[in-house]
Formats: sequence, C-alpha cells, structure tokens
Amino acid sequence: MTNAWTDIRNTDLVIVMGGNAAEAHPCGFKWVTVAKAERGAKLIVVDPRYTRTASVSDYYAPIRPGSDIAFLMGVIRWCIENGKVQWDYVKNYTNAAFLVRDGFGWADGLFNGYDAEKRAFDMTEWDYQIGEGGFAKTDPTLTDPRCVWNLLKAHVEVYTPEFVTNVTGTPKDRYLKICELIGECSAPDKVMTSLYALGWTQHSKGAQNIRGMAMLQLILGNIGLAGGGVNALRGHSNIQGLTDIGLLSNMLPGYMTLPKDSETDYPTYMSTRGNAPLRPGQTSYWQNTPKFFVSFMKSMWGDAATADNDWAYDYLPKLDVPYYDILRTFDMMAEGKVNLYFAQGFNPLLSFPNRGKVTAALSKLKMLVVMDPLTTETAHFWEHHGIHNDVDSAAIQTEVLQLPTTCFAEEDGATVNSGRWLQWHWKGATPPGEAKPDTFIMANIFRRVQDLYRAEGGAFPDPILNLTWDYADPMEPTPEELAKEMNGRALATVYDPKDATKVIAEAGQQVPNFAALRDDGSTMSGCWIYAGSWTEAGNMMARRDNSDPGGMGTYLNWTFAWPANRRILYNRASTDLSGKPWDPSRKLIEWTGEKWEGFDVPDISPTAKPEEVMPFIMTNEGVGKLFSRKGLKDGPFPTHMEPFESPIANPLNPGLRGNPAARVFKGDLEQMAATGDPDFPCVATSYRLTEHFHYWTKHDKVNAALQPQFFVEISEELAAEKGIARGGWVRVWSRRGEVWAKAVVTKRIRPLTCDGKTVHVVGIPLHWGFMGAARKGFGPNSLTPFVGDANIDTPEFKAFLVNIEPASGEGMA
Amino acid sequence: MTDRAPQPTTAAANPPVQPLASNLLPSDVVRASAMPHITAPDRQLTKVAKLIDVSKCIGCKACQSACAEWNDTSPEIGENVGLYENPADLSSEMFTLMRYAEYENPATNELEWLIRKEGCMHCEDPGCLRACPAPGAIVQYSNGIVDFIHENCIGCGYCVTGCPFDVPRISPVKHVSTKCTLCSDRVAMGQGPACAKACPTQAITFGTKEAMIAHAEERIEDLKSRGYENAGLYDPQGVGGTHVMYVLHHADQPSLYSGLPDDPQIAPIVEDWKGPAKKVGLAAIGLAAVGAALHGIFARPLKVEPEDEEDAEGLVEAAERRAREDRA
Amino acid sequence: MNIDLTRRGFFGLAGAGAAATTLGALGFGAAEAAEAVNVRAFKLTSMTETRNICTYCSVACGIILYSKGDLAASETAELIHVEGDADHPTNRGTLCPKGSALKGFVRSETRATKPRYRAPGGTEWQDITWDAAFDKIARALKDDRDANFIAKNDQGQVVNRWLTAGFLAASGGSNETGWLTYKTVRSMGILPFDNQARV
Repeated sequence: MTNAWTDIRNTDLVIVMGGNAAEAHPCGFKWVTVAKAERGAKLIVVDPRYTRTASVSDYYAPIRPGSDIAFLMGVIRWCIENGKVQWDYVKNYTNAAFLVRDGFGWADGLFNGYDAEKRAFDMTEWDYQIGEGGFAKTDPTLTDPRCVWNLLKAHVEVYTPEFVTNVTGTPKDRYLKICELIGECSAPDKVMTSLYALGWTQHSKGAQNIRGMAMLQLILGNIGLAGGGVNALRGHSNIQGLTDIGLLSNMLPGYMTLPKDSETDYPTYMSTRGNAPLRPGQTSYWQNTPKFFVSFMKSMWGDAATADNDWAYDYLPKLDVPYYDILRTFDMMAEGKVNLYFAQGFNPLLSFPNRGKVTAALSKLKMLVVMDPLTTETAHFWEHHGIHNDVDSAAIQTEVLQLPTTCFAEEDGATVNSGRWLQWHWKGATPPGEAKPDTFIMANIFRRVQDLYRAEGGAFPDPILNLTWDYADPMEPTPEELAKEMNGRALATVYDPKDATKVIAEAGQQVPNFAALRDDGSTMSGCWIYAGSWTEAGNMMARRDNSDPGGMGTYLNWTFAWPANRRILYNRASTDLSGKPWDPSRKLIEWTGEKWEGFDVPDISPTAKPEEVMPFIMTNEGVGKLFSRKGLKDGPFPTHMEPFESPIANPLNPGLRGNPAARVFKGDLEQMAATGDPDFPCVATSYRLTEHFHYWTKHDKVNAALQPQFFVEISEELAAEKGIARGGWVRVWSRRGEVWAKAVVTKRIRPLTCDGKTVHVVGIPLHWGFMGAARKGFGPNSLTPFVGDANIDTPEFKAFLVNIEPASGEGMA
Repeated sequence: MTDRAPQPTTAAANPPVQPLASNLLPSDVVRASAMPHITAPDRQLTKVAKLIDVSKCIGCKACQSACAEWNDTSPEIGENVGLYENPADLSSEMFTLMRYAEYENPATNELEWLIRKEGCMHCEDPGCLRACPAPGAIVQYSNGIVDFIHENCIGCGYCVTGCPFDVPRISPVKHVSTKCTLCSDRVAMGQGPACAKACPTQAITFGTKEAMIAHAEERIEDLKSRGYENAGLYDPQGVGGTHVMYVLHHADQPSLYSGLPDDPQIAPIVEDWKGPAKKVGLAAIGLAAVGAALHGIFARPLKVEPEDEEDAEGLVEAAERRAREDRA
Repeated sequence: MNIDLTRRGFFGLAGAGAAATTLGALGFGAAEAAEAVNVRAFKLTSMTETRNICTYCSVACGIILYSKGDLAASETAELIHVEGDADHPTNRGTLCPKGSALKGFVRSETRATKPRYRAPGGTEWQDITWDAAFDKIARALKDDRDANFIAKNDQGQVVNRWLTAGFLAASGGSNETGWLTYKTVRSMGILPFDNQARV
C-alpha cells in the first residue's frame, strides 16, 4: 500500500477492482465504511461476481475475468477526452512531458521489438530521448508528438466505450457511469483510492493491470494524497515483511537485487544500480545503494566482507535466469532436477497451479521437509485420501520430514502489515507437544551443516563458515537479537558528513536510521529499510501510543513504519508545486518556507525546495511514470491481452495468445484449452471466502462450521442450461484436472456478452483439502494453468477455461 | 473487596481481567417466566440495545464466529446446501446466523444482496418469557436483556412457540432452550456483546437504547442521501420495541430480509397461557421428564396431578401445531 | 412442590442476603449463587493478557490473548480466548470471522505436535527425535550441495549457486524468522527460494 489502512477514511471514492476487500480484509474495509458514513464517500465495485464488497457498494459493474486492462485504458481515454485530468499534477509530477525515442511504437496489440521465438521484446527503444548532461529531454508544452502524454493519448485511442464493453462484457451504461464517478476525482480536492489484491496480480499480465490503475491515479493526481494511492491489499500477515527482507530467489533485503552471472564483480554490479538522476536536481534515492549493499554484506559476513574482497561479493549466488520462482522450481522438480525441498509454513500442494504436476514434482524429490504449525496436505502429499488425494504411496520414493513449529501465539516478533507498519507481538501460549520455533529449527539445521563443512570441507564452504552467528544461544537466536541485526549498528564511529565533529553513532550502537549507513564497511544493517526500527531508544516496533494529533490517521507513535516511519508514500505530492496542500482540510505535510512539516514524515529531504525537487524521489526522473521506461517486459503502457485460456480471441490481434512476453514451459501450453475451445466454454476464476484464511482455518472448527464444504458459484442461467440444481453436486473440469463441488446458484453472477458470445463465469473458492476439520474437498489448483505473469510469474489463477456438468455425487458422473 | 463493574456503554472496549463484582444482579430482574409477582427492583438500569445496520453489514459472519467463541459453543460442521448460510439454521450451538437474500429491486433494476444477522431480538415484551411455564427459566433484566436460565429450563419448547421471530432452539443434548443472551455475562462486566465487539465494519453497535436510536437516525439520513427513501429503524412496537434493532434500507418491507416479520406480534395462544400458567408449568415439567436435573434446584420431588398433565398436553400440542404453521 | 415459595426465594428480591440464604437452602453455595441463577461467570477474570497481532491477513489487527497461566512467570499458559484490541488504531477491537476464531487455530486438533518421518514408499509416519531429524536434514543438505554446487558457469564466471535444493519461506512467520531463514538459505547459495508473494 502506498497509504495505510487507517488512511482510507480520508477518501472520497473507493474503487475495489481486482480484489474483494470486504471479504478478504474485513477489518481494513472498516475504514471504507467509515469514509462512507463520515465523509459521504462512495464505493464502486468492479468484479466478475457481485461480492460481499459489492453488497455495500454504491455502484457495481460486472467484468469478464482477465479484461481489466481494457477497462482501465478505457477509463483513461474517457478522462482525457472529457478533460478529467489534474493538469498541475500531471505536468509537474509525472513524465507526461518527457520525450520518447522514435523507435518506440505499438501496432496490432504488440509493442515494437517483439521476438516470437524468444517470447520477448527488445526494450532498447522504450526509453527517453537523452539530451545534454545525460538528462531526458522534455516538452513542458506537451505539444511534441513524441512526448509521453501524446503517446499515451494515441495508445488509449483504441479503447472506445464500444471496444471496452465488447471485451469486458460490462454493460455500457454502467461502464460510463463509473467513468463519470472516477472522473470527478480529477479535481485537486477530490481523492479516489484503489484497493486491489490477487484479482489483479494473478493474471499473465498482472503487473500491467496494476500499472493501469497507477497511471489513472497519476492522471487524477491522487498519488501521495491522504485518501488516495494505489493500495495492494496483501495476503498473509507478513508477506510484506518477507518481501521486504527479500525471501525471493532474486532479491536482497530492502528491494536490492541479486547479481546475475554477467555481473562478475562488485563495480559491474553497482554500475547498473547507481541510478543517476534523469532530470537536473532530482533525488534519485537509489544512488545510495552502495551504502545499503555494503551494510547488508557486513551484516551477513562481518569481518569476512572487506573492501579488498568486494565485500565478499562472490559469496552471493548469481542468477542465470531472471529468477527461480515457484513455477520454474516446480517445473525443474517435475523433471527430476530438484532433490531437496523445504516448505516452511507453506502448502504448495494446494497453492500452486496444476496440482497434477505439483504432485508429480513432489514425488520426484529425494527429501521434503515441511515445517508448519499444522499438519498440511503437502506434508501428506504421499498419503492416499480417496479421490481427494488419489496417489499410490508405495510408488512415491520421497522421504518426508514433518517438523512441528510454534505459531504466532507462541512466539515474539514483528510482522509487517500492508501499510508497512512493523508491529511487534508477544507470546501468550505454551506451544503444543514438541513444537519448536522456526528460528530454533533453522539454527539447528544451519549449525549442523556448518559443523559438517568445518569437519569435512566441501563445496565453497566460505559463505557458510563465515556467516555472522554471534547469538547468545547459537541454537536459538532470539527475536530481539535478530531484529537488532536487521536495524543495523555502527561498526566504527559514524560521523555526520556535514560536520565531522558530530557523532551519529558510536561503534556498537544501533543506527538511528538508514541515513547513517555507510559504504565503507563502518556500518552493518540486515535490511536498510528497517533501519530505525530498533534504535538506541529501544524497540520502535513495540510502541503503543495511538494518539493522532493531525486527525489524519497517521499514528506516528504507533509501532514503526518503513521507510523512516513514513505512513504515506510520495506524500510530497499531496501539495502543489509551491508546497501548499491541494486540499488544506486533508493536510499531510506542507512547505513552511524553510522546511517540510506536518502530520506525516515528509517523503523528501526536509529542506528540499519545493519548486526544485520533485516528489517521486525513488525514480530517476523525480516524477511518476505514465510511460514505464524499460520497466516492464510486456510494454511501457498496458495493452489489452487475453488470458492464456480465453473464450474469445484478442480483438487487437487474433493471433496473439495470452501475454506474448510471458514465460511458458515445455508441455504446459499443450495442457491449455484453445481460444474459444467448445469443450471448455466457461470462464473460471478462483478466490477466497471471508470465512476462511487460505488452507489454515479449515483446521479451525468454528471456521469449518461457517463454510464447511467446497462449492462453486454459477449463474441461474448456466444452472438452467446445464440442468444443475442449487445445492446439487457438479463436476468441473479443465484440460488439467477435475473436481467435484456443491453448486451455489446465484443471481450474483450473470452471463456476460463478449465479442458477441455469451460468456458464463464459474467461481471457484479455494479453501478445502483433505486435512483439518472441514469436509474433504478440492481446490481450484486442480484446474488452473501452469503459467504466470510476464514480469513476476504470479500464476494465472483468475481466468481460465472449464466445463461443468451436474453429477449424481462426489466422484460420480 | 472488589470493585463493581461499570454499566456498559459501548462494545469498543477491552474486557477486564481483574476480579470485578457483577453489575447484572438477581435484583435487577424485572420479569421472570411463570412468576407473576416479582418485587420491583430497587434500581433501574439504563436500557441497552444492539443496533444492526444492515447497510454496513458485509455478511462476513464475524458475529457468528465471535458468538461461538465467546459462548464456547460448537456449531455443526455441516454441508453446503447451495447457500451461504452456514450452519444451515440457528441451533443450540449457534445463537446467531447471517441470512442472505438476493433481491432485484424493481424500482432501480439493481441487484441487492440483503444480509441480515438473525438472533434474539430481546423484546421489551418477550413472547418467550410469557409462554414459558418453567418458573424462572426466562428472565428479563431492567436493562432490557432477556436471558434464559438453563438450570430452571425444562426444555418444553414453549418459548419457541412464544417467540415471534422463531429464535430459541432446544439443545438435543442438554434438553434446554438456548438463544443469544446479549452476552449478559459481558454486560455484567461493563462490556458489550462479543458480536458487536468483533463486527469489522461496526455494523453491529451496542450502547444505551437512546444512543442507538440516535445513531440509527444518522445512518438513516445517510442512506436516504444515497437513494434509499424508505430507510428506517426496525424497533417493532408489536412486541413493545426490541433491544436488538435493525437499520434497514427498506424499512417498509422488513420481510425482504430473509423473512424478518413485518409486524411481529406475540401469538394469541401465548396470551391464553397467562391464566393457567402455574398448572402448565407443573405439567410441562412432568412432560419434559427432566425432574432429575431440577431436583438440585427445587428441593423436593415433583408431583403432578393427572388432570394437570392432561391440560398441559392439550396446550403443548396446540402450541406445537402453531409453531409448525409459523415456520411453514 | 411449592412453586410460589421457590419463586420468591429464587430471586431474592428482598435483597442479596435473603437470596443467598434461600439459594443456599436449595443446594447452592452463597458465593456462586448469583452467577448460578443468573449470568454466566465471566471467563476472563484472572487471565493473563498478552498483546499480539493477528496471524492471518495483512490488515494485522491488534489482538489480546487471554491465557490461563503466565509465561513471564515461567508458568504454562493455556490460551482461553482471543479478542480484538480496542486500543489498536486499525481494527479498534474488531475482528473478522477468522480472527475471532483464532483460539481454534492455535488449539486445533490437527496441529503438528511432534517431528515425524515418512520413509520412501512408506504408508505411515514414524516418530523421530528432533536431533535425528536435524542430523538427517543436515547430512542430506551437505551431500547434495557438495554434489551439485555450481561454482562457475560455462563461461567460467563465478556463480556459486545451488539449484537442486529449494526453500519456500513462510509469510505467516515473523520478520525475525524470515531474516534467520534468509541468512541460512542465502549463505548456502540456494536460488530456488520463494514465499507466498505470488500465491
């Protein structure tokens, strides 16, 4: 989230699209109901299903799963055509005026530079025209045909209301009404917020869905404002934290990235991460990367990381592919190329697409280690459970270890919420049986491996032998020790660069913030963005002062938010060029004439002059990007793409299938239904229900009682067509598998008309398996395709093709 | 000496863990089943109410979950019968239930999903209490809470018949009638009910009845501004008003909300019971054959005359027939 | 049976003392009399309160754990109840249907409670000690890493990666667990490494 849960109350208009906030995040959604009740805010819901969020909306419109880009580009076109643009914001705070190279272009649904064989674009031309001093050329008058604004106008020209409604199936009057409601928020004192979740990410073009909304919010001037922003409502309680710390194949903590093979030494690595500003005087904060990188390497390898060995640069593994995400890993596993696998608090048997492939892959492992508080399906993947897990145990040669872990109630620590608040929690229950904290388990495994390397030698033992492990009890590091390590401390005295007599931190002291980090090895910090979370003043994440002096819901003394305790990102953009709030009644910060001040920590240097330094300090440009310069693999602007499995051809180019830049593994395309496949006429979409959390709460008897059994949701029209009774059994199948479910027949799903065809939607919730208290059942991952987003490979769980028929019982025809 | 718990004013508070003396006492009872002569209490508690604003309700079932957790009930892990309602009905293990109605509004051509939390309405004039033949099995406190005292219940089911909202359910295991207590144990400690505390959107609020009516008025104004001309408060006077009230977008048609009675009244049969209540009480005790459980409370063995039993049987049958008709 | 008498005595409307006396005669001790005939005993009295954060979604609601027994006093603590923390700015004491039932998750009958091992081709779990489990895992890691570690790629560039082992990290775990996991996995050179960010 750019903003915070408690900030939603400041909004004038909420659009929930690509998510279902009321069901997935009920207590955060509270602030939507507060905005409605106290500010008279309105709520728009755009969703294939009339959800429980829709039930309290002011306006709802249906949409075909996987057609959101067309909708969003259409709204942008409508706003431009109808003058609903926050011009002062667009001209000053976006790259609208930047000039783009002549080679950039788009035709027939494709940007320039496409190589069908590589399934990739050559991005060279997706760049600015660079002028004197290495700065991008601009045309503040927005008349140059190569300026971003004019290219954007041309790009969205195709998304007429007729095109949009034909592709999305959204009735035209509803679509236009929503355009009007959104357009009102282009006024400087009217603000819209976007709440989205997996409904936008789990597509083969998920990143472009979100870019579409980000661009719209820039055009409306709603980013950085109270009640505005683009707000990813994240799933798990600490998915934000694990992403921050970089527990991903290609990441280092704090959004730094792992080197690739060709970056053979530290200077080469840093040469592409220096991020020189593209406009004069801009902050381009990533210029500080060396300080964060060296501090990280010092936290990992201490004295073994020196200037002489490039801070132990060789200790880091290098990437030969962009990343080893779950799809790639399970594809490798299915080919027998992975031997050992750990699932820590993770249930891939139910979470990953194409369950048949997942089972086959796990069966090829030599050893699977499952660390979990619950007895999960993954730990039991080898066990026969009738049709719900129809495997031959004897044929599965995988050794499995199930290690019981403590849960949140039994351990101390911090989790990071969607609004980037690091909140400390305390244990209040004794663990059951022999359950142990994950930290104990990881420490015991690591120390034993270290001992083996110490005793026997072996392959490149250095990073293992030299890993910093200075914990009081090496077999069970405490949460306090680990939290302090992430914040970081001075290894030698750190002085103020502007005043060499002023000490910022003595050797051994916790650093106060990331500005204290150095690139000379005199500081260490496991995760630079967490600097400030545990300082010499103590554990900032444990703070519990819930006062809110500005009444803006910023709660600056409640726990700690990264970065720098800032609650609303880009908040410098909440003021006009001169530093006055666009809406004085919703002031976050303002320029006093000397410095920035207000109710939030300014997202800019406190003394940066307002007319000189632009708000988007993390970009090279200093402004928000309507045109994404070499940012995304599938284009600088979002363009409509069909899902890989679609009932209709892409009207922009019928020959295109799915996202042309998405990675597809051998064999997976063959397991997908053809476009408009008559054997698979229905569009399916998967989702969560408010009564359950993933595959956890089916172990909880109360939640199991609230939604006991797997079901699918279909329209009354589809039920009539297929002869399906409410509450009866149905069989649903795709090219990859089949499931049996109870049928919920509802008015809340309606057939859509897309490209002249009637499109039925089948809704498939995902909370059932074969362990726990709820009834045994299936999940959508028995059906979903093994393909992901072009940029980050989030699986396409939200739009795929199935067929459905009545069944006489579970497992029966 | 422990302090006395305060009067509850809101659900948005953390419960105390220090020992506090109860603030909902036997002496606060103003009415009790089959006991017409109760001395007036020496104090009048402020009337409380739970307000359920269906227009803010997201149907998440947090109220059901919080209710089961607080009351330590174990709702059945049933089946999906093609609906979102789960469990399928109120039960002795599920005192409250979200009901979902899909309504196509002919005036606007819009689909509306009308979701209502069902449960005891805590009537000012409780039909259950009037119908109950077991002395002291149903009581009403001066703050308006209607509570079932299981120790005194004989499981006869008259309260089910007496209830215009079809709320009480007889436990097949414990053979006593059950329903929402408005978390009388929490109210006694100055807390609001568990459902109101949990409700994510604060669609369920709790406080003095006066404050809840004032809050409802604000909500109704907001709904009217959004085009719900018939928005209004449901506080049915046929039962003397209720201590659980609804804000409805369509207050002119309560029955749209999964059969919420348009004008609830106490069944005439229950009115008939006023006279022979004592006799029925004794008879029903015999019929229900739970004498053993009652021996611990009523010191002497029970004796029922044959004619009492006969009279009572007739009344029970009539009541059951009536209940069946109402449910149908 | 004299219902009238019982009625009067039962509620003791003349005063608490009278009620206690009558109820005592009916088999109740004076102390519990009021609760026995009236509201349920307040179940949180004398419980230990602990501030925590809900483990489910990223709203991260403040919760209070109510336990019998105090871990701070080195006692065993049994979780009795979980309720929203009214002081928390985000949830203000509210909880969703999952959060409201957190106790049932913590105390689920299907919690994993001891280390178990399943042999190749096996149909049953076997118990295993923590030490034996750790030894087995460490040996497997060491042997596989030594056998499959890639120090240099085909071009001779130093790459120091290990692709035959993979790790999925828990997004329901704390930062501190995440950091220790990060250190361990990265130091070994494992690249197949992911969390729930995608699913």
